[in-house]
Amino acid sequence: MVIIMKKSILRTALAGAILISALAGFSGCSSQGASSTDAQQSGTQNTAQEITLTNVSYDPTRELYEAYNKVFASYWKDKTGQDVVVTQSHGGSGKQALEVANGLEADVVTLALEYDVNAVRDAGLIEDGWVSEFANDSAPYTSTIVFLVRKGNPKNIKDWDDLVKDGVGVITPNPKTSGGARWNYLAAWAYADKLYNGDEAQIKDFIKKLYQNVLVLDSGARGATTTFVENGQGDVLIAWENEAFLSIKDYPDDYEIVTPSVSILAQPSVAIVDKVVDKRGTREVATEYLQYLYSDEAQRIAGDNYYRPSNETILKEYSNVFDLNINLVTIQDFGGWDKAQKTHFSDGGVFDEIYEKSE
Amino acid sequence: MKRATKRVIPGFGLSMGVTLSILSLVVLIPLASLVVFTANMDFGDVIATITRKRVLAGFEVSILTALIASLINAVMGVVLAWVLVRYDFPLKRIIDGMIELPFALPTAVAGIALTSLTADTGLIGGFFDKLGIKIAYTRIGIIIALVFIGIPFVVRAVQPVLEKLDGSYEEAALVMGASRTRIFWKVIFPEIRPAVFTGFGLAFGRCLGEYGSVVFIAGNQPYETEIVPLIIMSELQEYDYSSATAIALVMLAISFIILFGVNLIQMRNAKILKGGR
Amino acid sequence: MQTAKKKSGGSKAVKWILIGISFVFIFLMLVLPLITVITEALKQGWQVYIEAVADEYTVKAILLTIEATVFAVAINTIFGLFAAWALTKFRFKGKKLLGTLIDLPVTVSPIIAGLIFVLTFGRQSPIYPLLEQLDIKIVFAVPGIIIATVFVTFPFISRELIPVLEAQGSDEEEAAALMGAKGFTIFRKITFPHIKWAFLYGVVLCAARAMGEFGAVSVLSGHLRGKTNTLPLHVEILFNEFKYVPAFAVASILVIMAVIILIVKSVAEYIGKRESENVR
Repeated sequence: MVIIMKKSILRTALAGAILISALAGFSGCSSQGASSTDAQQSGTQNTAQEITLTNVSYDPTRELYEAYNKVFASYWKDKTGQDVVVTQSHGGSGKQALEVANGLEADVVTLALEYDVNAVRDAGLIEDGWVSEFANDSAPYTSTIVFLVRKGNPKNIKDWDDLVKDGVGVITPNPKTSGGARWNYLAAWAYADKLYNGDEAQIKDFIKKLYQNVLVLDSGARGATTTFVENGQGDVLIAWENEAFLSIKDYPDDYEIVTPSVSILAQPSVAIVDKVVDKRGTREVATEYLQYLYSDEAQRIAGDNYYRPSNETILKEYSNVFDLNINLVTIQDFGGWDKAQKTHFSDGGVFDEIYEKSE
Repeated sequence: MKRATKRVIPGFGLSMGVTLSILSLVVLIPLASLVVFTANMDFGDVIATITRKRVLAGFEVSILTALIASLINAVMGVVLAWVLVRYDFPLKRIIDGMIELPFALPTAVAGIALTSLTADTGLIGGFFDKLGIKIAYTRIGIIIALVFIGIPFVVRAVQPVLEKLDGSYEEAALVMGASRTRIFWKVIFPEIRPAVFTGFGLAFGRCLGEYGSVVFIAGNQPYETEIVPLIIMSELQEYDYSSATAIALVMLAISFIILFGVNLIQMRNAKILKGGR
Repeated sequence: MQTAKKKSGGSKAVKWILIGISFVFIFLMLVLPLITVITEALKQGWQVYIEAVADEYTVKAILLTIEATVFAVAINTIFGLFAAWALTKFRFKGKKLLGTLIDLPVTVSPIIAGLIFVLTFGRQSPIYPLLEQLDIKIVFAVPGIIIATVFVTFPFISRELIPVLEAQGSDEEEAAALMGAKGFTIFRKITFPHIKWAFLYGVVLCAARAMGEFGAVSVLSGHLRGKTNTLPLHVEILFNEFKYVPAFAVASILVIMAVIILIVKSVAEYIGKRESENVR
């Protein structure tokens, strides 16, 4: 059964095919052309009137940096007469670090935890000792771990020990896939550590009970929030303070924040990517970009975006927003990130142990 | 007969050349780098990595859910293709047009939408919750997401073959008094079987590797609803490239074996078909 | 065709049962999720929707998505036609292996797909210094996005063509070749009319999948705003930034783009079928 076809259709089809390949060729040229001009620009950037920076950051900092980039641009313009255009990249903190390590050209990284910046250092892109390059362990703003509960707090959740009770549904992301969620886990550990005076078996038991109450172990903080907020799962979401505030902002009548007695000081770290700034000749502006995060103006932007300013005086201005009486441990109490990572989260670590036994 | 007329048709060199060079550039060389990377690892380490309890449990979850989902898709795909080719009914064009939508929708969006539908607060989930069945955050949820992802494969593989199918055999069979069920199994099904196998194989492979939609609906509990791609992702987050690539290589091998099997069956079928004529 | 349709359709009851099953399945698995996307997108009214859609970065993401899709379709068309021809018209050793390798990309997890390109072209790769010297950026730039898109849609066109060509056999081509016809003429006059609908399905499938690809592109795009963000990535970013409604608004653009492609396909199909019937 041969279908006889009019020649005209065939011609149209052929013409279409040629058009498509021509188009492909054309856009190929145009994109190549564009990238070569980019390259020229970056070569001559030092002296040009416009300077570009790439800031690779993690997820919920977009509004913070959107506001900050404008402020910094006008500050830099006043100082040097140059225009700064900052390209932002946001994603999961660990994934972002990996991409920079694999060749994503970032002038600065502003990630969720020191451990992720260390991964970029280990790739040979950032020099040792970056933590002390800027004030407060290179963490210009901080946050902490709090609980988000449904309005009226029906399960009467006040502190960490309420989360291990029977019948309480907990939502938290998987610390193995989410850098932010490692802070959640460590905050719970810090509480149990105080409760049981460092008796490791009891602490592990506590953590195990806590994760037995976890209904959904999402892969990232945002997924966990969706599970809790949009899909109505669980009674309590363990979240970063700034993210909890964002949920409250969207649904002021449905949720409230509970601050536990003990939590951890979450320090999102910033660093200059030495290899990249040296190659692109942007060290000066990149340094100033991170330094200016500590200015009063920038600190207030951080506060407005629900991050705790590292400047104590400015932090006090936000005492009606943040609970400043919380007892905060730091990552140093866990012996630093490399040690904490190895003990708790790498394969065969405590977190795996918890799940293996529950099988 | 076939052997006698070997390569009568021109264009073998050109078409093989183009095929092989594009294949190498896009598929073979990049996949080879995965193998090279894993080869740097000690063999014992590779085995230790891929036989970890949690990884094995992940494989169990992935393979089981992908298998069920692609079986559902195989059956529904044939039904849909049949309905779309053989019958006229209202809204036919629209339904036909919608088949590809699961491809166009980013998997993450599909996952979020399906989760909100099947969570116990959602439209479908609420209904099943009353019957005591939970969908979202269980393996059933994973299967639902995978069915969604795999819909187009079988339908679009079977549809063109059905369209091309010559009606005369069926007519002859009908005239000779064969029952319709018999006609389907004896006349039509052998013709579309290779296409069904292709579609099934592709859907299965795709479901096995699916990540974006599943992570939202699965609940991701280790040993229960944690899929292999998620384990790979967590290895990457820990900057453990070796473990990630080792597990990835196993997945790759599984896909390859499935596809190779499907192709074997398909080629044999093609041969039988030709011989029968 | 017309007569075959009437006679082989089976009894009325079977017909409507099958149609009924199809409707229920399509409604539950496709229509409901889509309705969810649209209602979420419009949850805060048109104002928010239009703002999200007309956003500068959204527009840039749309353009990049179109670029990647056009490339993927063009490259896979060339590949698909040649590969289908090679695989169905000739007998050679390693044919099954070749067929399997072509299919492989579909079944490779998107995460792994991204990973292999990062390993091949990223800083860990032995060829990275060379690429850097030549100032060629592949990963975390537009070429990487295109290559990943080509990868995930790789077999779509050839896979549509192969079963049809196989069912058809190569007797007609052989006859034509024996009568002295040239390769391209054979393809144009004999093969193409058989495969044109399968080809169209392949292109549509490829384009749809290319637009929606998320996993692999996400691993090697770098998420640079306005530079390497495709629409699915833009959706992801908005979602991760707690912008639930705008995320769905942008996702609905993808649905609209898919619908446009499908309409174009239906029109082409309609015109084509009518013309071929006229000839009869």
